[in-house]
Amino acid sequence: MSGLIDLYLQQFKTSLAAMLQYRAALVIWLIGQILEPLIYLVVWTVVSQTQGGSVGGFTTGEFAAYFIGLMLVNHLTYTWIMYEYEYRVRHGSLSFALLRPVHPIHSDIADNVSSKVVSLPGMFLAAVVLGLLFRPTFHFVPWAVAAAVPALVMAFLLRFFIEWCLALAAFWMTRVNAVNQTYFAAMLFLSGQVAPVALLPGWIQTTAAILPFRWMIAFPLELLLGRLTPIQTMEGFAIQGAWIGLGWISMRIVWRAGVRAYAAVGG
Amino acid sequence: MTILRLLWIYLRVGVMNELAYRVNFFVRLFQSLLELGTALAGLAVVFSYTDTLGGWRPDEILGLLGVHFLVGGVISVVIQPSMEGFIESVREGTLDFTLTKPEDAQLLVSVQAVDLWGFIDVLLGSGVLVVALARLGERVGGLEAAMFGAMLTAGIGIVYAFWLILATCSFWFVRVENILVIFQSMYQAGRWPVSLYPGWLRYGLTFLVPVAFATTVPAEALTGRLNTETMLGALALAAALLLASRAFWRTGIRHYSGASA
Repeated sequence: MSGLIDLYLQQFKTSLAAMLQYRAALVIWLIGQILEPLIYLVVWTVVSQTQGGSVGGFTTGEFAAYFIGLMLVNHLTYTWIMYEYEYRVRHGSLSFALLRPVHPIHSDIADNVSSKVVSLPGMFLAAVVLGLLFRPTFHFVPWAVAAAVPALVMAFLLRFFIEWCLALAAFWMTRVNAVNQTYFAAMLFLSGQVAPVALLPGWIQTTAAILPFRWMIAFPLELLLGRLTPIQTMEGFAIQGAWIGLGWISMRIVWRAGVRAYAAVGG
Repeated sequence: MTILRLLWIYLRVGVMNELAYRVNFFVRLFQSLLELGTALAGLAVVFSYTDTLGGWRPDEILGLLGVHFLVGGVISVVIQPSMEGFIESVREGTLDFTLTKPEDAQLLVSVQAVDLWGFIDVLLGSGVLVVALARLGERVGGLEAAMFGAMLTAGIGIVYAFWLILATCSFWFVRVENILVIFQSMYQAGRWPVSLYPGWLRYGLTFLVPVAFATTVPAEALTGRLNTETMLGALALAAALLLASRAFWRTGIRHYSGASA
């Protein structure tokens, strides 16, 4: 266990050094992360104002709180592991990772967490500025905010496991862009990025409840905003737990099969 | 005429290169259709709660979406691949070969790479535009069509000049492609009328990164909401930026000393 802690500490240090070297790339990535929720925030603000100040149970201020929160939750749970793997498999650099005596997922997790630590101040600044500009209404429900912390951690794990599985598609395919794009398109609607899930048509809401996307973003977000009842919260944790279990098992299966299929190119 | 002849030659080379990888066509077609489907579904969700968005009706926003796809397609067919190739060639020193050719170097650089499958977006965008026009019906007359054509040309000219100016910076700075990535990311905002955005963002999308001229302004012309000042402003800006980018390109070229040989 202490070996693993040392490993994480060391990996944090190297990732931090690498991040600080590529500051421009980080800033560009941040702009993208801020702009997308901002666009939908603007659109729904306009819709809400046209309809007299509220739409589908959301007031203009609640829309602002929702999309600013969405930006933060998405940032905290985001991974770009699928792009990473496409590169690693295509260029054969995965071979080096396989030679290490520990599972490569540990360095991926450390990498992801350290990049979030570096970019978090920028993200918070953006949230504060957007908060001043759009005047969000935030209902503070103490138990819900407390419960949102484990929900966020579970959402991060869930997203990491599922997206790691998806990333491993690179073992069998050389062009994984189309797969990733399909995944993100589904995510856009089912995780509540275009609009709060409650505003989508009924059949999409049903689909969202079954698939993992909603539980990666919308669930911790709605909890944080105090929009869920205790029973809905318990249900949410149960579904998150089930998906994490499923994700973990499939990750192990896909990884084993994938490494066997991997034929190092170059390297 | 030389422009067209050269563009035709490079297009043929691009076609020949791409036809070796035919599966790409289906992958790109799938990706473009997915993007269009996502955009349409987003519009459907928004317009299930309102009839107008900042004064724009659904069919008008549909027209804007068509323009967004069309211009995005033009950028990805020739502007983006050529400018990326140009930045790369400054870094690697292969620009030397382009400079020795007996044609205008700016022209050669600007059409040097063609991404054939970007035409999918051009076609899809035109399709969406036709559907939107059919639904708008009588309201679009000959005058609107002519203004739309003029604004579309001006918008593409502005975007081209903008990319050329940024890419020319690569004569002095090594990593300018980062700024171009910001454009791609800001371009997403052009799917909605810029008049929706709060002041600071609207100015940013108009003057800092000219997304508004490429998408909103042509769509305004089409839907008859373009005022004369904006129209003249867009034409003047297009002319000014094209001249300025040409002058800046010449300064850059004089500064370039070749990195390879």
